[in-house]
Amino acid sequence: MAKFEKANSIGEWLDQRLAIETLKKVMNTEYWIPKNINFLWAMGMVLAATFGILVVSGIFLLMYYKPDTALAFDSVNYTTMTEVGYGWLWRHIHGVGASLVFLVIYIHMFTGIYYGSYKRGRELIWLSGMGLFVAFSAEAFSGYMLPWGQMSYWAGMVITNLFSGGSLEAYGLVEWIRGDYVPADAFLTRFFMLHVFLLPLVIIGLIVLHFGTLRIPHVNNQDGEEFDYAEAAELYKAGKVKESKVIPFSPVFLSKDVFVMGVYFILFFYLVFYHFEFAMDPVNFDPADGLKTPAHIYPEWYFLWSYEILRPFSKDLGLVLFAISQVIFFMLPFLDRSPNVAPASRRGLFKYWFWILLIDVIVLTFMGKLPPTDALFANIGLVAAVLFFVLWIALPFITKSEKKL
Amino acid sequence: MKELKIFGIVAIFTLVLYWGVEPFAHSQMHKHVDSHGFAYDGTADIAEAVTAEKNDTAEAKKVFWGDVSKISALKGDVAAGEAGFATCMGCHMEGGVNMGGVIPPVLDHAGAIYDKNYLIALIKDPAMATNVDHKYADTSTHPMGSIKMMMTDDQQIADVVAYMMAKKAGEVTTKEAFSEACGRCHAMRYAKTTQLGDTPTFKHEKDTLAHKIKVIDEQSLVKAYMGKLPPDLSIIIRARSAHFMETFVENPQGQMAGTSMPRVGLSHAGYEKVHAYMTEIGDPSKPAREALGPWVLLFFTVFTLLAYFWKRSMWKDHY
Repeated sequence: MAKFEKANSIGEWLDQRLAIETLKKVMNTEYWIPKNINFLWAMGMVLAATFGILVVSGIFLLMYYKPDTALAFDSVNYTTMTEVGYGWLWRHIHGVGASLVFLVIYIHMFTGIYYGSYKRGRELIWLSGMGLFVAFSAEAFSGYMLPWGQMSYWAGMVITNLFSGGSLEAYGLVEWIRGDYVPADAFLTRFFMLHVFLLPLVIIGLIVLHFGTLRIPHVNNQDGEEFDYAEAAELYKAGKVKESKVIPFSPVFLSKDVFVMGVYFILFFYLVFYHFEFAMDPVNFDPADGLKTPAHIYPEWYFLWSYEILRPFSKDLGLVLFAISQVIFFMLPFLDRSPNVAPASRRGLFKYWFWILLIDVIVLTFMGKLPPTDALFANIGLVAAVLFFVLWIALPFITKSEKKL
Repeated sequence: MKELKIFGIVAIFTLVLYWGVEPFAHSQMHKHVDSHGFAYDGTADIAEAVTAEKNDTAEAKKVFWGDVSKISALKGDVAAGEAGFATCMGCHMEGGVNMGGVIPPVLDHAGAIYDKNYLIALIKDPAMATNVDHKYADTSTHPMGSIKMMMTDDQQIADVVAYMMAKKAGEVTTKEAFSEACGRCHAMRYAKTTQLGDTPTFKHEKDTLAHKIKVIDEQSLVKAYMGKLPPDLSIIIRARSAHFMETFVENPQGQMAGTSMPRVGLSHAGYEKVHAYMTEIGDPSKPAREALGPWVLLFFTVFTLLAYFWKRSMWKDHY
């Protein structure tokens, strides 16, 4: 056992037992971040903060939610909204947060793609981040079931039906997932468990992993420049902050993060108070009714692009392509054959690849919500979906031919 | 500044994305129906029949609404109308019973919430006025169809309507407007009302259950008449857009051709009352939201400003 001396302060007492001084250095004051960054580098902390908000608001909502098909709808729409003090506030925060978290995830993802922050040692950052994207998607879907409105029910019906595997007709698997022939009580209670317990646990684990993967390769910078962190850190500690290429996470990097978060929170709470309806689909304010299919069934906006990849093709092909589109982003570090870590603007054809991909995903998103019965929209959707795969197939070739910078 | 340029690009893409999945998508998903400003002159009804190529119906509607406008031009005698109104009171009274599918509505505030032309049309031919004549081969089978035999004279109709507009008006609460215009078919469980009105609280469970059975019986009659039980309207205000609600109430057939929901003939003022009530029940946090919103935004504005100065002081020696 280590030898303990009398501590003169609580800090010292804790330090003897937990090494909090070392911890503070490792995690904050001597966790080095490159100086050459812009506000997009704050998106990680913005995401962490949004996740925190979702957890806290979720805990409050959980206190009144009743996972029972007969009670769920009114427990949300009546009890929480009418009888619980500020219940409406927590619910609107939770709803808006669930939508905005995806906006920030997408910004975070496309920032990573633009600056090439997924290769040469940073592959695991990208993979764990994609893992988080998938976990958040599952979390969003399971949460969407809980109010048990029309869209909850029908989205549950449509998405679980996908597991029948088209012509494989694996209805046994669908029933196993639902716990019933149709989405009903067993379905609701298991998605409730996933939403409030298992998936948040997975997300927290993945966040820890995601932070861990940053440690060794360090955060990328605006120019993809490689430099000696130890040397830059020594320079900083010697007081030459102007010459050093790094800043400590706390308080220098954090001060900018907090400012960006402030701007984000203004937008966030503007939406919570004045424009929450974009995040809370009107159709879901009709109680679930298995005998009445809504005129239009569509997922929340953040799933629309992959939904549109499912739609324009025949049943089996659509399913296969949909499945590929779900995992293709995982492959990015391996499909990009270029040796360069640099912003897309300096990377030849990749520059066009990036912007076409971004616009294509937005076009897919638009078409995913529009009624497929309109021939024009259906054709645009088909072209955009084909283009999506053409881009991914072309990626190794255009990056292979890229000149070394 | 480079950061502002990057911010601009992110903001533009975000706004375009928003435009595409919200305003644009919704404009494409829903049928566009024009509002008539709560005026009832049969224009929409005739147009619907013409579009459906039902020429006889279109002709009949033209004649009908032409007659309505003639009666509307007559000067109604309030005193004479009071006598005529006694005929209405036979069915339209407080605590009425179901007659042929629904409980006849109380008319205590008819003059305040309904449109004058609509009331004239309703007395003249209930099925035509409510624009559900497609349900009745012979309009006398409408639950109120017998009125056609009871009130045949144009001047009499003008008098009765003049009486309602003058004497059955006055102050009406939002709740009264809702329960008179909608409450016989639509329950509102978040306001604890059913087709039978407010749900009383009973001391004994037996009485609670007995009341529940009465409600179920009434709902069965409404259901048999309407084809399905009309939806509970507790949070309809959040389930439908303001434009849909308005145009649907004006003319249900316009938004949902073939629906068994009758047009109820609310005037603009009447609709505002009903709408206000649905908002009170379906979106009760609105006043609290509007009161708290500016303070929260002010807090985060100050927070952001302070954070900005902190950031500036932290970074000032770094470049």
